[in-house]
Amino acid sequence: MLEYWRSTVGKKQFVAVTGAILVGYLILHMLGNLNSAFGPGADEARVDWYAHWLRTFGEPLLPRETILWVVRVVLLGALIVHITGIAQLVKRNREARPANFPAKRIGRSVESMAMLGTGILLLAFIIFHILQFTTLSIHVTPVEEGAVYANLYWVFQKWYFLAIYLAALVLVGMHLRHGIWSLFQTLGLDNPSRNQKLRHGATALVVILVIGFGSVPVLFFTDVLDPPREVALATILSGVFT
Amino acid sequence: MNFTLEIWRQFDGSDEEDKGRFETFKVTDIDPDASILEMLDQLNERLSREKKRNIAFDSDCREGICGTCALVIDGTPHGPQQVTSCQTYMRDFIDGQTITIEPFRASTFPVVRDLAVDRGALDRVIQAGGYISTTTGPQPDPNAMPVAPEVQEKAMDAAICIGCGACVAACPNGAAMLFTGAKVTHLNVLPQGQPERESRVVGMVEQMDAEGFGGCTNYGECSRVCPQEISIDVIGMLNREYRKAKTKRKPKTEKAMSTQ
Repeated sequence: MLEYWRSTVGKKQFVAVTGAILVGYLILHMLGNLNSAFGPGADEARVDWYAHWLRTFGEPLLPRETILWVVRVVLLGALIVHITGIAQLVKRNREARPANFPAKRIGRSVESMAMLGTGILLLAFIIFHILQFTTLSIHVTPVEEGAVYANLYWVFQKWYFLAIYLAALVLVGMHLRHGIWSLFQTLGLDNPSRNQKLRHGATALVVILVIGFGSVPVLFFTDVLDPPREVALATILSGVFT
Repeated sequence: MNFTLEIWRQFDGSDEEDKGRFETFKVTDIDPDASILEMLDQLNERLSREKKRNIAFDSDCREGICGTCALVIDGTPHGPQQVTSCQTYMRDFIDGQTITIEPFRASTFPVVRDLAVDRGALDRVIQAGGYISTTTGPQPDPNAMPVAPEVQEKAMDAAICIGCGACVAACPNGAAMLFTGAKVTHLNVLPQGQPERESRVVGMVEQMDAEGFGGCTNYGECSRVCPQEISIDVIGMLNREYRKAKTKRKPKTEKAMSTQ
């Protein structure tokens, strides 16, 4: 296994597999997000119920949040392998070309050339995103544990948060348009008759992901989705004080 | 036709640490049907008459089949036409234009002199697995090893590689994946290549790494300059063969033998 990791071909395959894990998670994440499009609901927002379900999934067989933490550990592991592999490959690739002689661009795509840049920016975005919605450490807008719908609503009332999230989606789209097709090539899962379909398939998946992710913040910002029920908040508060 | 040439000069023999530089030459009255190598020949003849050092460059067959010529013309390996340098003709350029001529650029291809580079690294990759074991002796029965036409075509599409190294020079990562992929595809799809199927791909990949070639990031530039138009499908094949060779479970007897 160590030998596999040491070779450039093997290392790139590790990067491809971990990339595939991250893409798989993105698809689930997007589907989960779409729960917020059901609005604040009569008594509980559907996305709040969904967030609760993610935490209690598997109970009483498994302790609370087990599945959630398994997913988090797998994702973190995949991300570390993905970044370590790429960092080492980039170093090798730079050494393989003499300094000051970048190869002329003949036909390579902008996405493929920007992979490193989009990757670094995405890492920064992921850290920001976790601080905002997982650890709830950014207090520009009111955030509260468990009140997912309300948190989302207030964040996406600000135009600059909307801009950050939409910009991140452009980066995701660019990174994956090359990445998804590329991983099939790297793992040798392509074949000549399938290659064109894989390229179009990658583009189609990217379009679905960007629209799926992008719709939620836009719906909040344009007030298509109703504000969270302050009533529900008030009852919780009154419960605390009595 | 008249041209201004910016030609790379390096290592005239006086300085081991020579970093190289471009020198400008003017050539006049060039036949449009002369190849770029013949144009360089004319320039060299003039330099000889002027008692100046000739421009060193590689060439051999001059009919596009040997893979010896290796010029980067205006930034593109082998020039604008996706043919070998020797098949690039002056009619492909505009009269009076400036043409930049450089050697193939890769850390694995050290410059020998001017436009000539040492592509021995590719030979060593071949030595690491680009061969088959075969018994010599009487000619075998022609039908002893049936090869389906589709397989034969696939093998020939890869075997057409002339080993010029333009793929390495075009790659922003200086990778030799197209070259190695072509050789692995050629031999691994044919029955004659089966005995070394796994050791071939593993050996060649290890040698690529040892030589210092970069890795593939699927830019596809290699295929766009390849004079033989080899597709990056051969890289997919290389990746597949490597993955299979590395993840295949060894039979217990083989494990026991290797530990002895």
